[in-house]
Amino acid sequence: MAVTETGTTRADDGGMGYLQSVPRRVVTVYLPLLVFVFVLLFPFYWMTITAIKPNIEMTDYDRFNPLWVVHPTLDHIRYLLFETSYPGWLLNTVIISTAATVISLFASVFAAYAIERLRFSGSRQVGLAVFLAYLVPPSILFIPLSLMVFKLGLYDTPFALILTYPTFLVPFCTWLLMGYFRSIPFELEECALIDGASRWQILVKIVLPLSVPGLISAGIFAFTLSWNEFIYALTFIQSSENKTVPVGVLTELVRSDVYEWGSLMAGALIGSLPVVILYSFFVEHYVSSMTGAVKE
Amino acid sequence: MAVTTAAAPSRPSLLSRLAESRNALGFGFMLPSAILLLVFLTYPLGLGVWLGFTDARIGRPGIFIGLENYEYLWDDSVFWLSVFNTVLYTVSASILKFMLGLWLALLLNENLPFKSFFRAVVLLPWVVPTVLSAIAFWWIYDSQFSVLSWALQQMGLIDHRINFLGDPTNARASVIAANVWRGIPFVAITLLAGLQTIPQSLYEAGTLDGASRWQLFRYVTLPLLTPIIAITMTFSVLFTFTDFQLIYVLTRGGPVNATHLMATLSFQRGISGGQLGEGAAIAVAMIPFLLAAILFSYFGLQRRKWQQGGGD
Repeated sequence: MAVTETGTTRADDGGMGYLQSVPRRVVTVYLPLLVFVFVLLFPFYWMTITAIKPNIEMTDYDRFNPLWVVHPTLDHIRYLLFETSYPGWLLNTVIISTAATVISLFASVFAAYAIERLRFSGSRQVGLAVFLAYLVPPSILFIPLSLMVFKLGLYDTPFALILTYPTFLVPFCTWLLMGYFRSIPFELEECALIDGASRWQILVKIVLPLSVPGLISAGIFAFTLSWNEFIYALTFIQSSENKTVPVGVLTELVRSDVYEWGSLMAGALIGSLPVVILYSFFVEHYVSSMTGAVKE
Repeated sequence: MAVTTAAAPSRPSLLSRLAESRNALGFGFMLPSAILLLVFLTYPLGLGVWLGFTDARIGRPGIFIGLENYEYLWDDSVFWLSVFNTVLYTVSASILKFMLGLWLALLLNENLPFKSFFRAVVLLPWVVPTVLSAIAFWWIYDSQFSVLSWALQQMGLIDHRINFLGDPTNARASVIAANVWRGIPFVAITLLAGLQTIPQSLYEAGTLDGASRWQLFRYVTLPLLTPIIAITMTFSVLFTFTDFQLIYVLTRGGPVNATHLMATLSFQRGISGGQLGEGAAIAVAMIPFLLAAILFSYFGLQRRKWQQGGGD
């Protein structure tokens, strides 16, 4: 059993695969896998093809095969970008997600370091509380939070979201970073302590540089989670220009009876692109930290 | 591990002593998260429970009315329908997600060409904002131009279009399918990580002893995977039970409340209808279910772990 550098255990190449004949492998492995990939990816294909399809082709299945587009058009995307508030929603979402991510990372780094390494009295209980906080779902909190947001005068401002998103980001990031800090050898900190470094110096000069990969994945996760958040954004934001992408696409692009499927799909596609791009750059971080966080 | 309390040569300055005290420093480091979580999580949680006992509305602070909201809900058939829907939705979606996710994980664990490509692609449904992919599903489920109906018609399997979201049974099946689609990647990737920690030598030993592929799966893979399954499914159940986005996009609870979940009902009554107290009461009514789900999947699956001698 070879342990690769990423920490995953891999079967030595081949494993017991030689016991299986090729035709059998096609039926038991490749075919089901292709079906899975097809089903998982089809909605994205459908989204893309609809976004560039002229309306006439979209509603006439007798003359045009719906799975293909004969005359691709950018009309829907042009409409979306120049005649709706979509660019504004994108900007809002970027600002809100970035701010919420920065706040959460800042708070989580200290919390995770304190729980995992300072071991103050009661740190175990605090760690457990953080974990439990992660299990509190937004669908229970949105009603009382909306009341609070209103009383604080934050209703319909980006701050309503920037301040409430950390409720699910901080527990998650803290939990993820705790796992990461645990993998940094104690000896490094002990050496630094003996050399007279303060706790602050240890954190800034030793622990943080070593945990850059952990910070990156916590940051990506936090950004993605806030980008995808819906229920708070739906409840706390009212005016069109303050909406985030998911809420804006759903509430503003869907008008009474005429569904603009083309621009809806274009909106969904463009709204998904930033997280997909971010994710594709860091997919290895993503996978390993996601599984690492769950393995605890 | 108390190793880190290196006794620093005592300098009298209060500040430096504070900076070296684990408790003071721990307190200071915890402060930002503690404030955020206490103000925006713990307090609203308590406030939500309190609101459940009041008749608060939007723009009007409520007064304490005891259990009236709950009494009202107890006699409310729509509420019980939403409870039934939520349980049905959670149970069937979780079972499907688990089985399909495990299957996908087993497939991905085989020796494949383009392994990392497959892994990256499979995660996509999980990364993309739920609302946006739900909109794609909405279009796929369109009553007139559904590509699914079209494909089935082309294959000659059905003779008229399926009314995906207009019929109660179909609507339930459709939202569950969409939820499963979105949930499979998470289950598959986490279980895949679990599969990769199982030593290959156990399979070799099993094969030498003449175990069939099913026996290898049943007596090697499954027991070793149980702890991860427990955690993954706890999360999966939790997020499915409190799901809101998918339903809100696809059906808003319709047709005739057939797909109303407790979360969407709570939103409808609490925010759209302005009855904050009643909405909060519905949200609070979710808590016992959540606790039960967590305890069930946690302890139910955890016990096997020490039965097989794996420590606690």
